[in-house]
Amino acid sequence: MNLAPTSPKTALAHSPVAISVRNVSQNYGAASSPGAVRALDTVSLDIARGEFFCLLGPSGCGKSTLLNIIGGLIKPSEGAVTVGGAEVRGPLPGKIAFVFQESTLFPWYTVAENFGIAFKYRGIARSEWRDRTSAALKSVGMLDFIDHYPNQLSVGMRQRVNLARGIAAGTDILLMDEPFAALDEQSRMVLGEDLSVLLAETGKTILFVTHSLAEAVFLSDRVALMTARPGRIKTVIDVEEPHPRLPGFMLQPRFSELRNACYAALRDEIRQAMAAVPDKEGNA
Amino acid sequence: MTARLIQLAFVALLLGAWFVVGRSGAISPLFLPPLDAVWQALLRLVQTDQFWSAVLVTLTTIAKAYSIAAVLGVLTGYLVTRSRFLTEVFEPMVSGLFSIPITLFFPLFILFFGIGTGSKIAYGAAYGFFPIALNSIAAFGSVDERLLNAARAMGFSPFGMFRHVLFPASFPVILTGLRIGFFICFASVLGGETISSVAGVGRNIALAAELMEPARMFAWIVFVIATALVLNTLVSVIENRMRGA
Repeated sequence: MNLAPTSPKTALAHSPVAISVRNVSQNYGAASSPGAVRALDTVSLDIARGEFFCLLGPSGCGKSTLLNIIGGLIKPSEGAVTVGGAEVRGPLPGKIAFVFQESTLFPWYTVAENFGIAFKYRGIARSEWRDRTSAALKSVGMLDFIDHYPNQLSVGMRQRVNLARGIAAGTDILLMDEPFAALDEQSRMVLGEDLSVLLAETGKTILFVTHSLAEAVFLSDRVALMTARPGRIKTVIDVEEPHPRLPGFMLQPRFSELRNACYAALRDEIRQAMAAVPDKEGNA
Repeated sequence: MTARLIQLAFVALLLGAWFVVGRSGAISPLFLPPLDAVWQALLRLVQTDQFWSAVLVTLTTIAKAYSIAAVLGVLTGYLVTRSRFLTEVFEPMVSGLFSIPITLFFPLFILFFGIGTGSKIAYGAAYGFFPIALNSIAAFGSVDERLLNAARAMGFSPFGMFRHVLFPASFPVILTGLRIGFFICFASVLGGETISSVAGVGRNIALAAELMEPARMFAWIVFVIATALVLNTLVSVIENRMRGA
């Protein structure tokens, strides 16, 4: 266990950098206005190729903002992000796929059509659509629902399909914004295990945002703990455990130690974030 | 099924009451001509060429006015919602203008577009535009941000964004606007014709009233009501089909 924010001691430390975040800050509203918010404060990170990297922090610490900046959906106020050596200036559909918190399947299209539309704009040949769709759905156990509309599926099923759509895009990088947040505890665990197995096979670089300590430790190679707003990287914790992770990992003492270490580092930040909420509303 | 029966019974009751009152002579036939007299007048009316040419003028006017209102209304809704700032500026303006009774400007419409169908087209289009524009602004402006972000991340082109996200997401609310706009447009054109025009159904209703021919006037009104009912059914059918229900 390593609590210092140094480079990881795993084999991944020697892998080339997939995502590099340099001094990124994000402000909302004009600096002079009373509603101005500094969401992120000079964040720097290097994420290695093939790494499962987790951003963990209290609500409102800017972790989703950081994810959206890396994915090119938001332009940072300061600093820059490079992916594969090139600076990110907008969405990179060929390199980066998103899996968002809530199901972002288009409700007016069937599951198959949802995959098709995502393939179309990523420039994937039409002849591959059906096979890719089937393979991805099969990997999450949703093949039988290929011609269903999203509202015919339960929340958990929708999120499985959503996850499969992100993986099927075939990008090297997957950005996941609390993909399991809308699920119940059991579905979360099962889907988490599936994800670990799936991703060990594909070798993708994953950036995963969550506020679940167990989820972060169970899935990640490294966990970055963020401070309350303005979000900074407080410390980075290494989880030296090979993928795919099996449920047994959660029963090991080391899992609890890591989880507790994360909690200890986050405790004050969570309290601070909670204290900030009524104050902020009081001013509004 | 029961609901439909009650509705039919209500119409039958209304017609029955009209018939009985007309026979009893309780109300002067000048105000409410007997039902059978109206029916006879209607039968005579539909056999004349003037009737059908008046209907044609009015329907053409409505079609033109509505086309203008629909195209401009949806386009306005789309353009105004292209940024939060534009929406903040224009949404209150459009809804503010909608609250002004455009009827007050009717003489200006006559002045600008003449007493012919031009003024009625403009008047109907002006009235029909607002509900369509307001519903379109609401529809395009409330498309789920997460779906838009997901589409951007997947590299959708601007046209693809419209075709696959904005349009299907806002379609149901726009359809409601189009429906409201249609009936406002229909009413405005007929109203405009009644106030001041040289041809059309509204003009003939006004004329029949001036010439003290209540049976003929009511025959026209019955025809308009029947047309409205048919159009309403037609619009419902189209709407249901488009909503995929």
